Amino acid sequence: MVLSFIEGNEAIARGAIAAGCSFFAGYPITPATSIYQHMLQLLPPLGGICLQGEDEIASIGFCLGAAMTGLSVMTATSGPGISLYSEQISLAIGGEIPLVIVDVQRLGPSTGSATKGADGDIQFLRWGNSGGLPVIVLAPVDVKDCYQLTLHAFRLAGKYRCPVFIASNKEIAMTRESVDLDPLHSRKSAAVSFLKPIGGAELSRLTSSTHGPDGYITADSAVIAQAIERMERKLLSAVDDFTYFDLDTREDDTTLLVVYGVTARAARTALQHLRDKGEKISLLALKTLYPVPEKCILHSFEGKNRVVVVEMNLGQYVREIERLATVLPVSFHGKMDGELISPQEIVAWVTQ
Amino acid sequence: MGDTMTSLLNNSRPPVFCPGCGHDLVVRKLDTALQGMGLSGDKVVIVSDIGCSGLFDTFFNTHAFHGLHGRALTYATGLKMARPELTVITVMGDGGLGIGGAHVLSSCRRNLDITLLVLNNFNYGMTGGQCSVTTPVDAQTSSGFLNQLDAPLDICRVAESAGAPYLVRTMATDKELAEQLAGAIEYPGFAIMDILGLCPGRYTKRNRTSIAQLKSQMKSMHPVADGPVPENEREEYGAHYRRLALATSPQVSDGGITTTCEKIVDQRREVLLLGAAGQYINTAGEVLCLAGMSGGLQVSQKNDYPITVLRGHSVCEVVLEPGSIGYTGISKPSVVIAVSAEGVARRKGVFSLLNKDDLIIKPYDLEIPVTEARIIEIDRKEQAIKPSQMALAALAVLAGNDCVITLKMLHSGLAARFSGKLLEDAMGVLEKMQ
Repeated sequence: MVLSFIEGNEAIARGAIAAGCSFFAGYPITPATSIYQHMLQLLPPLGGICLQGEDEIASIGFCLGAAMTGLSVMTATSGPGISLYSEQISLAIGGEIPLVIVDVQRLGPSTGSATKGADGDIQFLRWGNSGGLPVIVLAPVDVKDCYQLTLHAFRLAGKYRCPVFIASNKEIAMTRESVDLDPLHSRKSAAVSFLKPIGGAELSRLTSSTHGPDGYITADSAVIAQAIERMERKLLSAVDDFTYFDLDTREDDTTLLVVYGVTARAARTALQHLRDKGEKISLLALKTLYPVPEKCILHSFEGKNRVVVVEMNLGQYVREIERLATVLPVSFHGKMDGELISPQEIVAWVTQ
Repeated sequence: MGDTMTSLLNNSRPPVFCPGCGHDLVVRKLDTALQGMGLSGDKVVIVSDIGCSGLFDTFFNTHAFHGLHGRALTYATGLKMARPELTVITVMGDGGLGIGGAHVLSSCRRNLDITLLVLNNFNYGMTGGQCSVTTPVDAQTSSGFLNQLDAPLDICRVAESAGAPYLVRTMATDKELAEQLAGAIEYPGFAIMDILGLCPGRYTKRNRTSIAQLKSQMKSMHPVADGPVPENEREEYGAHYRRLALATSPQVSDGGITTTCEKIVDQRREVLLLGAAGQYINTAGEVLCLAGMSGGLQVSQKNDYPITVLRGHSVCEVVLEPGSIGYTGISKPSVVIAVSAEGVARRKGVFSLLNKDDLIIKPYDLEIPVTEARIIEIDRKEQAIKPSQMALAALAVLAGNDCVITLKMLHSGLAARFSGKLLEDAMGVLEKMQ
């Protein structure tokens, strides 16, 4: 076995290259900067393009232009940059432009703590676009996931023609660990579906305004409704195609612990401690956050009499769990102090 | 101009501007220019901004990208870099010029082969005649007195100082407009045309402005802006990028680490390195990880240091474990390598957590808080260890005591991290410590 010793950000860059990414644009921001630095090392020698925009708005704008020519593109930033991306993200949704966006989350609000981790952007990624249409959000747990979910992200962006977020966290992005990347064989991203590239022989029209299949602005309510509903349906109906998770459950378990991101690592350790103490507890670590993989979550509820949700924020994804749990009691524990949630804290929260 | 060429105007969507609008003239002259250049629609992309100029792309049978207000140049940049062979024409109003100012300035500095047409009619037409960045201070707008407060912006003056190599200030009514457009489009670099026009729907309803007045006003503006700006002419950005990118070489893969040693731990070990900037704390942490990996251990490393370079603390947290690592934080280290007061101050709370089975390695003269842990001191003066070598010396002590790693593992770690003179120096430190 040959082990690499790399951080999450490098794994994302390597995953992007393996997925066939040929265009990256970004603006330096801690803790996402090293993705840009790695792409700058990797892309130009391969004939790819790596640009530093004058700001985040420009960086994602460059990506949208390049994506419309048919290139596989990626950008990376952190919370303050996602804020600036917001309306361009809406354009990517409405214009159905394939794009991978990495959000290496840091402690907010606002400039917050540049070098401290958090999972505080989760609902922002889902709802931070005008119009509120769905997006795909994937959440890595470790360096291996950073690589593998990046491969998935490119496939999904191309297949569903939408922005796909990788919701990373400073604590994964800037932590180096030993990892065996060999079994995670790369798959070149599948061809982008139905994209008539700008620059192709057939004329291509892209507009941020409500439009019909011909790409011209329209005020026809029926045409508008059809397009909007299709854009929602294409993701909500396909979630089984990209439901990524780890479920550790035993037949007579009665408690379900739900986590995602770096917290899943402490939860795995906590699960062992709790089981050693005789707790009948299962662990669901979600790697697909949006669209909410409802089938997977409902299946995990089976046989349980309570659910505990732990997040590196003050309670965001727990809203989705509560919505699905209906009468099943759900308790939430989390914190926003820039420190990792420890296994000991999880054990205490579950047993209190 | 070539009357045998086909018009690129979209017959099914004729221009819908207000009667007398300057935009209408620009649409027709742009078509004339494109025809004259012999360009077919699939070789051209029109990137339009928001406002009345944002309608431009729909009037042409070309590729089209209509996006957000002020951001047209960002899409144009991505398009042109991805498809250098395309003719990229960006159209915006004086509104887009204002809100997208940063992108205009950056495009001037970049000099990518894009043509920017600014349809300058001194106000926001579509939203009801509010003032823009080019509104004269004595104009009447629907922004009340606010336009009296801001100096109007002359984009040619700004663009000239920002590095734009091609500038034309003209009028929508100019008889030479088609030729001027062709000149700008053909220019192999970033070309801006500031095209002054009347907005009969909003602006001229409140302001007595005529074509003749605009013309005389234009004559008094500096720079003259009628083509290339020699002092700003240089290699086009895309060509320049490709030339420099071609000279880069692929990253050499490090090849990874294979298991070559026997490990000596059978459970999770946490090691905390406390030092100061310049002491190669992160490098020592990395060497420790590589050493662990050579013994088949899984490892993780987190660093904590201030934004300053060569000043302040440097703290490194390393976890080594036979199986996969869960939590990457440090609950209670079994080894603390303390080599400077800055690092110790940063984690002073950790010392009281340690017990007699834990180990601290430190220079003899470094003060640490009270602790029950076993302490090994390094006589750095006697052994002539420089501050920059202290962390590595401590690793040598650790390995020499067969704690967490062995000397064989440390050798493997060093060989994976260093080569040549650096490796020799590191091995020298190891020898001193034995």
